[in-house]
Amino acid sequence: MPSPLLSIRDLRVDFDTDAGTVPAVRGVDLEVEAGQTVALVGESGSGKSVTALSVMRLMSGRVSGGRIDFRGKDLASLSEPEMRRVRGGQIGMIFQEPMTSLNPVFKVGRQIEEVLALHQQLGPAAARAQALELLERVGIPSPEARLDQYPHELSGGMKQRVMIAIAIACRPALLIADEPTTALDVTIQAQIMVLLRTLQRELGMAVLLITHDLGVVAHFAERVNVMYAGKIVEHGSVRDIFKRPAHPYTRALLGALPDPSVRAQRLEAIPGRVPSPAQLPAGCAFCARCKHAFEPCPDRLPPLFEVEAGHRAACWLHDAAPRGSC
Amino acid sequence: MWRFLLRTLWQRLWLLVFISIISHAVIHLAPGQPTEVDPMNPMMKAADIARIRQAFHLDDPFYLQYWHWLGDLLSGELKSFRDGLPVLPKIWDRFKNSLPLFLSTTLIVWTLSFPTGIHAAVTRGSRYDRATTFLAYALISVPGFFLSYMLILAMVQIFHMPVIGLRTFGSEGSPWHLQVMDRLWHLVIPSLMAALTGIAVLSRYVRSQMLEVIDQDYVRTARAKGLDEDTVVYGHALRNALLPFVTMFGFLVPGLISGSVIFEQIFAWPGLGQLGYEAILSRDFPMILTLNFIAAVLTLLGILVSDVLYALVDPRIRVE
Amino acid sequence: MTTPAETALPNAELLGAAETPFQQVWRTFRKDRLAMAGLYVLIALIALALVGKLLTEWWVVFDPTTVRLPDKLRPPFSHASSALAADQVPPLGVYPFGTDELGRNVFARVLQGSFVSLSVGIVAVSISLVIGVTIGGVAGFYGKRKLGPFGIDSLLMRFTDIVLCFPTFFLILTVVALLPPSIYNIMAVIGMTSWMGTARFVRAEFLSLRERDFVLAAQALGLSEGRIIFRHLVPNAMAPVLVSASIDVAYAILTESGLSFLGFGVRPPFATWGNILADGRNYIFDAPWLFAIPGCAILMVVLAFNLVGEGLRDAMNPRLRKRAS
Repeated sequence: MPSPLLSIRDLRVDFDTDAGTVPAVRGVDLEVEAGQTVALVGESGSGKSVTALSVMRLMSGRVSGGRIDFRGKDLASLSEPEMRRVRGGQIGMIFQEPMTSLNPVFKVGRQIEEVLALHQQLGPAAARAQALELLERVGIPSPEARLDQYPHELSGGMKQRVMIAIAIACRPALLIADEPTTALDVTIQAQIMVLLRTLQRELGMAVLLITHDLGVVAHFAERVNVMYAGKIVEHGSVRDIFKRPAHPYTRALLGALPDPSVRAQRLEAIPGRVPSPAQLPAGCAFCARCKHAFEPCPDRLPPLFEVEAGHRAACWLHDAAPRGSC
Repeated sequence: MWRFLLRTLWQRLWLLVFISIISHAVIHLAPGQPTEVDPMNPMMKAADIARIRQAFHLDDPFYLQYWHWLGDLLSGELKSFRDGLPVLPKIWDRFKNSLPLFLSTTLIVWTLSFPTGIHAAVTRGSRYDRATTFLAYALISVPGFFLSYMLILAMVQIFHMPVIGLRTFGSEGSPWHLQVMDRLWHLVIPSLMAALTGIAVLSRYVRSQMLEVIDQDYVRTARAKGLDEDTVVYGHALRNALLPFVTMFGFLVPGLISGSVIFEQIFAWPGLGQLGYEAILSRDFPMILTLNFIAAVLTLLGILVSDVLYALVDPRIRVE
Repeated sequence: MTTPAETALPNAELLGAAETPFQQVWRTFRKDRLAMAGLYVLIALIALALVGKLLTEWWVVFDPTTVRLPDKLRPPFSHASSALAADQVPPLGVYPFGTDELGRNVFARVLQGSFVSLSVGIVAVSISLVIGVTIGGVAGFYGKRKLGPFGIDSLLMRFTDIVLCFPTFFLILTVVALLPPSIYNIMAVIGMTSWMGTARFVRAEFLSLRERDFVLAAQALGLSEGRIIFRHLVPNAMAPVLVSASIDVAYAILTESGLSFLGFGVRPPFATWGNILADGRNYIFDAPWLFAIPGCAILMVVLAFNLVGEGLRDAMNPRLRKRAS
């Protein structure tokens, strides 16, 4: 079997703060095959953005363990110039805040042409033509005029489309999308996700989608990784996860989704708070908020058990996971 | 953009009017008559005093005095108390002397502050950053005249650099290129001294602006594109960090003029500052008044220039 | 729901400790060695100033006014000559900072000057704070209301802009030279010309605070406006004001010394550091300590105020609390 496009093994990232070293990512394994859409789901503070940024080596924390392989090469072994060629050229990234992610003093066209000139050495005329085509591709109306406009003249949704255009300009093999729709209106969210899916199919791109929105995951991802407090607690295909969530955290997340077909349901909130990274228990991090916690949970960290083919969960109770109920 | 400019111009004109009123008010609120104690001329007779009072309308009510002053000023007729000569030509004369000093000080401040500030921001926490930070604080805290005298001691005894006046005494007869060089040589120490505090303050501000900009999302986007660090810092970040400095132009002027009062005393530079000092010593009201007013007007001009530059440079205003 | 930026580090809340804002600021402030050094110097200065006033005016141990002609212009650490009368001999028979052109004990004068310089700085800044907070607060809170055809905010801010156009030092010099010489005049004038920065900060804080929910809640509870301003808004807006205050004291002390240097500062026999500097100017080649010592004293004190002010600013700025790593 060919090796996956992106392979993260036992990634550990620490932050050095005033109050000591804080582990943000504590041993994450994650794979993305070529052309696949993989979702990384979790609450704020779970470490998912840190994981994504580590792939691009854009993060200010310290990688203290593990490796990240892209196309078979260990990214950490690349020199900085080599890494820069990867960024934008082979891996594109879009961020959460389109309003502030574009440079306000440069025209839109210039910001797209910049990446084309850098990685494909296109001259100004060729770059402009390409930029125009890209704007059309991402569905921006009157693209010719937009090229000469400044970011503040565009709406949030359009700015995000421009960001996508910049990210896919060089036809990267992998697109990392860090909460691309969180800051947008709901209707625009749907449009952007549809655009991403179209682009993915047209370009044969793999997408690593970071989000906390399970609805988006259900519609657009093939595989899901659920992250909690710096570790992956469950992963599998979207179908398996949604039909048969094995980890109590995943089940709680799904249980918190309102089901329009059920009348008068009570929304299940998860009691408690995400533990601070500096005060994690030795065992399962979800233990304090878990309905089913029992004797081994606080002290022994559960490994990822295989629930079924391609579906793993890190819970001592995995055997007892009943089908469909909680 | 034009609407923006016209609007600011209109506002600044009103500022001008109010500045003139306040200038006038300040002088006249101070107790003590201008002809009471004149250290320059202990032999003034009562008749002379009465004559002066009449010539300068000092017995008229407050608002009439304002009106007279304004009229005299704008027609060029305003005369100094000290010797009855018109005020404006004197100011212009001294201004011509002060201008090279102002210009060279400003030049030194702006060319030295930006590289140091940017480098400190980019290498945040390094020895360079910490050293320049401490140096900046020290320079801000030192009384300007103190440092100047200490340096004069050093410069005169070690380097034999000129520290007095505009030019070497008696050099008017020399060929013009020698004169120019002589005057430039005389400019060095005074403008350096006057510039030191400015450099300290401005470079700190540059540093903090750069730090703020470097944290912005669009800088992260630039890195995600694969751009090298120099392009990210000097191409993307700097351009944004520089915007606020365009607006600071105007507010440099009061600092220059205030500073000139002390520095021109120290270096015996016959400029605006000295003129002001002499005017204060001799209670020459029209002169003091006009100087304050002119200083404020210069500031206003500077602010106007800033407004125009800012409108040109920030696309958010340019394309409205 | 936003994810924390990848560079944001967990602060005390995430780490589980419950701290008051004051404790948070203090904890960050303590880490800044320069700022702490400044703080120690300030504490020493205040102690010295108070003790100095005591020891030079009431319970005279170091006498700043005694003229000792036989002992003119003695360098630091020199001993008193035997030609002195018994009551003229300084404590321990030594002049720690030497003597000036009239044989006065420079140490005593510097000591006396510390109290004067410090009080000029503090009183002047207090005045400027009162003016600045009032103007900035009114502009920020009542901004949109109109007084005649003009909004209160634009009126007050235009006024502030006007005053900013004047060369401050020149203005101060003008007024001080025209008024009868008195230390209170100097304090007042410096105070009345340095409020502009504070006013701007306070206005900015009030403008942003005014929209916050807790203000709406207070209004919904029917609290009077005055009460909202004083008990709710002002404490929150104090942070930049404190920073500004510290730096303004530094500036006031510098200004006072500048005024004295030009001959318009506090008059003799009061000794301020600026005075001593001005007198010492004439003897700079023969007796450089007369000039250097008060100059260094001013430098140290002003530097301390500046460091503390900047340290406070860094400690109170949440974004700057993260370290580059």
